This record gives sequence, structure tokens and C-alpha cells, in this order.
Amino acid sequence: MAGLYRDTGVVLRVHKLGEADRIITLLTKKHGKVRAVAKGVRRTTSRFGARLEPFGHVDVQLYPGRTLDVITQVQTVDTVAAGLISDYQRYTTASAITETADRLVSEEGEPVLRLYLLVLGALRALAGGERDTSLVLDAFLLRAMAFAGWAPALTECARCGEPGKHPAFSVQAGGMMCGRCRTAGAVHPSPETLALLVALLHGDWDVAEASGPGARRDANGIVAAHLQWHMERQLRSLPLVERRGRDSDGQTRPGTVPATE
Amino acid sequence: MYEGVVQDLIDELGRLPGVGPKSAQRIAFHLLSSDPADITRLAEVLGKVAEGVQFCETCGNVAEQEQCRICRDERREPNVICVVEESKDVLAVERTREFKGRYHVLGGALDPLSGVGPDQLRMRELLARISSDEVTEVIIATDPNTEGEATATYLVRVLRDFPGLTVTRLASGLPMGGDLEFADELTLGRALSGRRAL
Repeated sequence: MAGLYRDTGVVLRVHKLGEADRIITLLTKKHGKVRAVAKGVRRTTSRFGARLEPFGHVDVQLYPGRTLDVITQVQTVDTVAAGLISDYQRYTTASAITETADRLVSEEGEPVLRLYLLVLGALRALAGGERDTSLVLDAFLLRAMAFAGWAPALTECARCGEPGKHPAFSVQAGGMMCGRCRTAGAVHPSPETLALLVALLHGDWDVAEASGPGARRDANGIVAAHLQWHMERQLRSLPLVERRGRDSDGQTRPGTVPATE
Repeated sequence: MYEGVVQDLIDELGRLPGVGPKSAQRIAFHLLSSDPADITRLAEVLGKVAEGVQFCETCGNVAEQEQCRICRDERREPNVICVVEESKDVLAVERTREFKGRYHVLGGALDPLSGVGPDQLRMRELLARISSDEVTEVIIATDPNTEGEATATYLVRVLRDFPGLTVTRLASGLPMGGDLEFADELTLGRALSGRRAL
């Protein structure tokens, strides 16, 4: 069939369509964000329904349609999704990652290789379970914002550009502010929080993992506020991300629904 | 465009899920050629739905009274609860005629992308039921997709510390009537890990 194309991608989200179809939003390696129809995938007899679930890393063949492309074949590249849905904390974090990626790419069909690799790396790190989910999310959000051109100024003043470690962080200004430029409403992160933010932005995991719970909590707040300010819209999944570490024995008390932040 | 109320009917029918303009037109003309008593009956049912559908105060299923038919039935085992996402899933399990326990309808699945967290579902009601009733087994029958699996994972975490409570998940595997070579690796993997001795 003429016009068929093939690509590798991550399933960002799925929407129901009609009786048994779904619209799949993929972030692909070569074609950027692609929205395509997967026919009959909600039927239990579907040959590739299970592969097109959220967070799936798949090799797809698509046929260009008039408004939406149609998925004709799917192969699983790796089973990263299995490691994400087996843990509720990872699941909510992965949801925030895919929603952010979906929102950041407004133009369909434009290659966004850096973001694709960033999403895939973050999902793999989450599924592996070796790093703290909260740190993985903040590192992803900071780097995804850098990709979108909204990297916070952490090592210079966001207004006058003077290099150095400055005392205040202003979401509106887009980063740290020196004593002269500081505006009302700016927060004053501790040096440890600032060091953590720099480490997360540059992928310095030794520094990030050595940080204390207070610095991580403050960094969470700053990253979330910075992201939502620039996106101008509330991310639906971010308030549902389970950031709090579980009890020391990894269990919750019976009869209680663990709180989400 | 048709005149007056016929076009209004087509427009209203066309707003229903899965009904396109052509189907809406076909349904509208079918209704026009139907017995007026049938139309009146349909209108009465729609009127009752508009007045508000009642949900069972115990399990959350669609009900005509304060409690649904299943919760009122004393022959059903009160110590086994099957947790499902929607009322239509109750019907699906009932069709098997295999299950003799009772149900709990969550009202959806955990889906952060749609803003649905534990507080938006009937989780607390389930925990209250398990705490107060003599429940010995909870069968998690959420959909075998990402949201359903994540909901099951969450429920297991919340329920595992109840003393004497067995938490089970519906088995998943190969559908009847299919070929093994066409099975996807996720389903086949689950079928292998959940294999049973014969």
C-alpha cells in the first residue's frame, strides 16, 4: 500500500472512539507527535490492543488518513509499561511525564527527537525502580522545559544575567534573581535546594541522590510552579502524583487510602 | 435539512455516542413510522432517567430502590465482593452465572491523565464495607488495561493488611477461539505466568 510509514514511538495517551476503536497519541522518533486511530483494539480479540496501552514502547506501521492516520501493525519494542503499572507511585509519575510531553508538543508531525529520548529515558528509569520517582519526575520536567525553551536560570540572574548563586527564585521572572533585581513574591530556596535543581537539570545523579528530603520537597514545589506558570494550564495528573515516600516498611495501614499530594 | 421537530430529533440523536448524522436520520425515521405507544414509552423512560437514576447505597450499582437487586438478595454470599469499574461490568460478570457473591462498583478507574484519583472513586466506601461486614475475599475485576491494572495495584496495596482477607485478581490469558501465533507478548506472558496444573 502506498503511503504506509513505520516508526518507533511511546504511547502518551489513549482516547475511546466509537464502539471499539481508540485514538492513540504517540510520541515517535522520526515523526514527532502522531495521533492515529487503532481500529477494534478494545475488543478482547484484538491482535494488538494490549500493545497500544499508555507508556507502551512500540514499533508501529501507519497509513496516512484524511484527518487521523490509521495504525495497521504494532510490535512491542520493550515492556517498559509493565514496570510502571505494577506500582502506583510509578504509574502516577509516568502519567505526569506523558501528559507533560503531550502538552509541550503542539505541532503534530514535527520531529522532536530530544524530547522523545527524554520521555523514553525517564520511563525506563521509573520502570527500573533504581532512582527515586520524585527525582526522576523533577529531572524530566526541568529538562523538558529546557527543550521547550523555558529552562529556569539557576546559575545567573534571570533579569540582569549576572552570574553567580543568587538568593531568590521568581517563577514569573523565570529563575534566580540577584539582590538588586529581586521582586515581591520571590521565594528563597536553600543552597541545597538550588544545588539539587542544578543537578537535576544537568543529570548529576550523585548530587541529586545525596540531597535531603527538605531540599527535594522544595525543589518539587519550585519545578511544579515553574512548569505550570509557563504552560499556562494546570496539568491534571500533577496533583495526583504520589510523591510521599511510603512508611518505612513500605506498607500502608489497613483501612486508609494513602494520601496524594 | 428537514423542517421543525424532525430535524430537532435528528440533531439530538446525532449527539449520542457512536451515532453519526446518517444513523440519526435512520433512527428518527424509524421512530416516525413506529407505533405512537412505543414512542410514548420511550419518552417516559427518558423522563424517568432525567429525574435521576438511583445508585445502590451499598455497592454503587444502578438501582431502583436504596439497595440494588443483588445486595437485597439474601442468597448471595455476603463475604465475597467482586470489585468492578462500572455498572455494566456487573452485568458482564452476572452473565457468566459463575459468581454468587456481591459487587462493589468503583465508578471508574484511576486515571491521572483525566484527573481521576482515589478520592474520585468509591474506594472509601469499599474499605468501610470490608471493615464492617464479614468479608473474606475481594476479587478485583477491573479492566485488563493500564488504568485497570494500576487500580488493581493500588487496591492490593490498600487491602493487603486487612487480617483474614484474601485479595484475588481475575485471571488473564488467551481468548477462546484464537490462534496462539497472533497473541501479543503481554497477554501470552500473562498466560504463561498464570498457567495452572491440570
